[in-house]
Amino acid sequence: MAKKLIYGKPSGFFDTFDRRPGITHSTHYCPGCGHGVLHKLIAEAVADLGMLDKTIFICPVGCSVFGYYYFNMASISVPHGRAPAVATGLVRSNPDCFVISYQGDGDLGAIGFNEFIQAANRGENMAVFFVNNGVYGMTGGQLAPTTLPGQKTLTSPYGRSVENEGYPLKVCEMVAALDSPVYVERTAVTSPKNIRAARAALRKALTYMKEKKGFSLVEFLSGCPVNMKRSAKDTDEWIEKNVIPYFPVKCFKDIANERKPKQSPVGIYDKEKVKDSLLATEKIHPSDESELPVPDIKGELRIKCAGFGGQGILSLGMLIAEAGHLQNLKASWLPSYGPEMRGGTANCSVVLSREAVGSPLVKTADVVLAMNQPSIDKFSPDLRDGGILIYDSVNIKFDNPGKCNVYSLDASMIAKDVIGDVRCANSVMLGAFCEIIRSIDEKSFISSITNNFRGKEKVISMNIKAFQEGRKAVRK
Amino acid sequence: MDRKKKKFTPVITVNECKGCERCVYSCPKKVLRLENKLNSYGYRYAFYIGEGCIGCGSCFYTCPEPGAVSIYEETEDNT
Ligand SMILES: Cc1ncc(C[n+]2csc(CCOP(=O)(O)OP(=O)(O)O)c2C)c(N)n1
Ligand code: SF4
Repeated sequence: MAKKLIYGKPSGFFDTFDRRPGITHSTHYCPGCGHGVLHKLIAEAVADLGMLDKTIFICPVGCSVFGYYYFNMASISVPHGRAPAVATGLVRSNPDCFVISYQGDGDLGAIGFNEFIQAANRGENMAVFFVNNGVYGMTGGQLAPTTLPGQKTLTSPYGRSVENEGYPLKVCEMVAALDSPVYVERTAVTSPKNIRAARAALRKALTYMKEKKGFSLVEFLSGCPVNMKRSAKDTDEWIEKNVIPYFPVKCFKDIANERKPKQSPVGIYDKEKVKDSLLATEKIHPSDESELPVPDIKGELRIKCAGFGGQGILSLGMLIAEAGHLQNLKASWLPSYGPEMRGGTANCSVVLSREAVGSPLVKTADVVLAMNQPSIDKFSPDLRDGGILIYDSVNIKFDNPGKCNVYSLDASMIAKDVIGDVRCANSVMLGAFCEIIRSIDEKSFISSITNNFRGKEKVISMNIKAFQEGRKAVRK
Repeated sequence: MDRKKKKFTPVITVNECKGCERCVYSCPKKVLRLENKLNSYGYRYAFYIGEGCIGCGSCFYTCPEPGAVSIYEETEDNT
């Protein structure tokens, strides 16, 4: 007699779930949860279709947020409801990858409905697997857009009232009415018969994605026994008796055979171009000055620039980042805008390092450049002991608490009176920064200004002059 | 080969079972039951009564745990 495994853990799962803290052999799902049933179908299908190394599984917010513990494929966690938006970015920047947007009914039908319906309408090449369990599972069973009329949940203790909450959202019906999507089917992960139909639908959606036919949606009516306050068996029976009559289990649309594989417009999604536009500091072309030695910075130099919107705070940060980059430092620049377009506050984080930059967000700073009072009040406490504070003394009054090295200069006045344009105050600050930091060469700052204002000779010379004035004027 | 000669055995990994009973009520032959004892995580767990499995895979597909149920097939091997 020979023993053969005919059904066993699919290879789309990791052997052990090492990413899961504590228990590494089972899932975090409640007993009887529909997510688990669906996970197995996905793991099996992606492996069987040979798509493991090209598939990206998007973990939504909801009970399935930890999907990446289990699937032996690339995963990414996204903010609530944003899976189809992230999926769009993924397939557009790399049209050869396959993206599964896995979403609950709260995630897809409520907070993320716009992202979802727009992606469907654009016909992005992706498969959306929509788990409709009629409640917000993770947060304790609140009403979802798909909760049935009269169904009791934590936030509809007397049952869903159609007067108050409207009727359940029929997602498949809506998506099938759009022209772009190629395949829309509703299934249920309840009885073995329904699970087999769900398995077939899921495989079809993955196959269409593999053939680049466009957007597929498969909905899975699913049990959440804990929040439905029933056993798994009663939950399944309840779904079959009450949910399926409202949300018919069937194929709404299947037109993939009429569609040609999607072609990405040539050039637009070129990887290098995407990189260039996303990583702005990568755009800088090293000039002759890159022959200069790499500055001797220990660890990361974490800098915060802050002031009013319109003072050129973001450019000040960018000029510093570019100067560092020109001397072959790794540089990051992260802007933060106030809600106002003008007159509000603005700040940016710049990190320079000989190694790859970790977090681009500066919380504890080595250097703070402040150009107005609210900024110094807000950010000077973030300076590490012994850090450097440089501020514009025209706009700011500051009492040194003695923990840091404080420098100041009349940046705005110099810009206005000596250079003739107050908008050059940020370059005056840049000069002060150069003078105090010293590890980055003056030439790199000048090239940075030149690159930044390329083509505007007059602006370049004014800003270089402002920069030199700043170097002279700064005082302790 | 005579189909009837095939023998199927569902195997439940005790500590991966959460006792949800999905396999128990989904089995068309009703050959899975829930043990009265608890596993290390405090769940009652499923077991096979030892005969009657037809290898349909219903328990495998309905089980929400990746590795709690496996099904083996034993065949006559003449070589
Ligand atoms: C922006 C944001 N808003 C709200 C929440 C709180 N929250 C966490 S899970 C969840 C609902 C998830 O429900 P669903 O998508 O149905 O998934 P399930 O948990 O039922 O699988 C909510 C509202 C959040 N994490 N982020
Ligand atoms: S709360 Fe509901 S959806 Fe979440 S893991 Fe438990 S059974 Fe599944």
